[in-house]
Amino acid sequence: MSNNTSPSLAQSKKRRFIKETAQKVVVYVLLSVVGVFMLVPFMWMVTTSLKDAGSVFVFSWIPRQFEWRNYVEAWKGGPTGVSFTRFFMNSIFVSSLVTFGQVFTCAFAAFAFARLKFWGRDKLFLAYLGTMMIPGAVTMIPVYILLSSRYLNWVNSYKALIIPGMFGGAFGTFLLRQFFLTIPKDLEDAARIDGCSTFGIFWRIILPLSKPALATLTTFTFMGVWNDFIWPLIVINTMEKKTLPVALASFQGMYSTDWHLLMAASTIVLMPVLIVYLFNQRFFVRGIVLTGLKQ
Amino acid sequence: MSQISAPARRKHLRENLTGFAFLAPNGIGFLVFGFLPIFASLFLSFASWELITPIKWIGFRNFVGILGFHKDGASVFPNDPYFWKYLLNTFYFMIGIPLGMATSLILALLMNQKIKGINIFRTIYFMPVVSSMIACALLWRWIYHPEVGLLNMFLYLFHIKGPDWLGSMAWAKPSLIVMGIWKGAGYNMLLYLAALQGVPEELYEAARVDGANKWRQFWGITWPLLGPINFLMIIMGVIGGFQSFDVQYVMTGGGPVNSTKTMVFYIYEKAFTMFQMGYAAAIAWILAAMIFVFTFLQWKSMGKKVFYV
Repeated sequence: MSNNTSPSLAQSKKRRFIKETAQKVVVYVLLSVVGVFMLVPFMWMVTTSLKDAGSVFVFSWIPRQFEWRNYVEAWKGGPTGVSFTRFFMNSIFVSSLVTFGQVFTCAFAAFAFARLKFWGRDKLFLAYLGTMMIPGAVTMIPVYILLSSRYLNWVNSYKALIIPGMFGGAFGTFLLRQFFLTIPKDLEDAARIDGCSTFGIFWRIILPLSKPALATLTTFTFMGVWNDFIWPLIVINTMEKKTLPVALASFQGMYSTDWHLLMAASTIVLMPVLIVYLFNQRFFVRGIVLTGLKQ
Repeated sequence: MSQISAPARRKHLRENLTGFAFLAPNGIGFLVFGFLPIFASLFLSFASWELITPIKWIGFRNFVGILGFHKDGASVFPNDPYFWKYLLNTFYFMIGIPLGMATSLILALLMNQKIKGINIFRTIYFMPVVSSMIACALLWRWIYHPEVGLLNMFLYLFHIKGPDWLGSMAWAKPSLIVMGIWKGAGYNMLLYLAALQGVPEELYEAARVDGANKWRQFWGITWPLLGPINFLMIIMGVIGGFQSFDVQYVMTGGGPVNSTKTMVFYIYEKAFTMFQMGYAAAIAWILAAMIFVFTFLQWKSMGKKVFYV
């Protein structure tokens, strides 16, 4: 009996091994094809950015000779007369201030909504939630009119880019409130018995325990402001004050056919973000899964 | 009420003050830049205002101008043919939502297996997600270049003459959709992957015991359990789809012949190039109303069918 079964068992084991290997190969091939589709545009961008004007139109993956000068020229900003140093500084300045303001004020407001009792709290929170459903296009027009009024006269100033983003922010308040609610109340009661003030509870207990949520909100706010396009497009009209996305868009109008310079500019804009991403992948991934599932 | 002692009342007042103090920095900004503008824009949508002219209350005339029809001879014409065209364009672009979701799901299913090197693929697929939309749009304009773009040069290897992707009425919209899928597939893939890893292994084991093959396991177990995440993606996708603007602005500028202009593109044009603030506010409110209605309908029709583990 055992003589009969063991060869067939070995055979079925072998068949299963072949089947599994074949399956794995198919999976790898499919994943690689998609991977190539994802990567090729970036590779083509870098290749083009290193070609000279004459060979841009030739279908080759390796430039005849590496024209690093393209980067120098693109960085200088060409006809705009404003260099990418300025655009990077603008973007860093605006994004940092807005992110700092958002996270800071949202944390305070979220604490009030999650832990404090005051008149009209729940109705106010409902108003916050309600505005989250209103598309940005609705409020954009009156806010622009407010900023352009002669009382403020903020159009084409950094104030227009920073102030409206810095304060307010219903999403951040909502996200942090939900997180604060999960922190056990006992900790707070214990601290209060030890004579801790309300501010102390917020600052020494709630905030340190909320680092993951705060980090997620920081990353997403920063990325949102960094990539924001329509608002800077509307309120800024001089080159010196443009942030990277808007500057890059104006760039394409000026260098309409100099694709090597346009691709160098795109590479300049993309590289820092990709490098930050490659070194902090886990963090990005966790953030996406956290906010995506909580929205 | 009068029985409340003075210290209790003082404590109550203190509580209120503390609450408002914490709320104030955010609350004031929220009021000025988030809450009041909603009402200001609602008011504007019933007015005619070109910034330099005085504001004039015109009732429903903006809405009639946008949504209404008029008779010219025997046939009926829309008062604002652009609005309807751009509305259709906006819906057309939403074809990208199910296509993108299908791509992401297939990728997630492929990746949800015990094979080596998954992290490398995940890193690659996610690169377009973190990249700046404007830089990607510019990059794809170059790929779609009619004569020397990468795509047409590649097709030429097979002796196919590719069209002027972004310059032709027929291809401009599909081209933008493909670019959008490339940009966003990694994001939804991650969400799917997280959801797939949450499906209990016992369910599959039980199904295998009952003799269900992979195909049956997918439609019987995986798909129903992906309900909540599908629901979330469709809702978020449609809300985002109604507001698409950046890609169109950079890649085609709305052309050719307005074939890629969207609703937000129209609002931008009316408000910030023609300065018809009242008219633009009215379009924005119609957009908001459509988002409400669609979200509500999706909620009603799908919310019940969603399964939770």
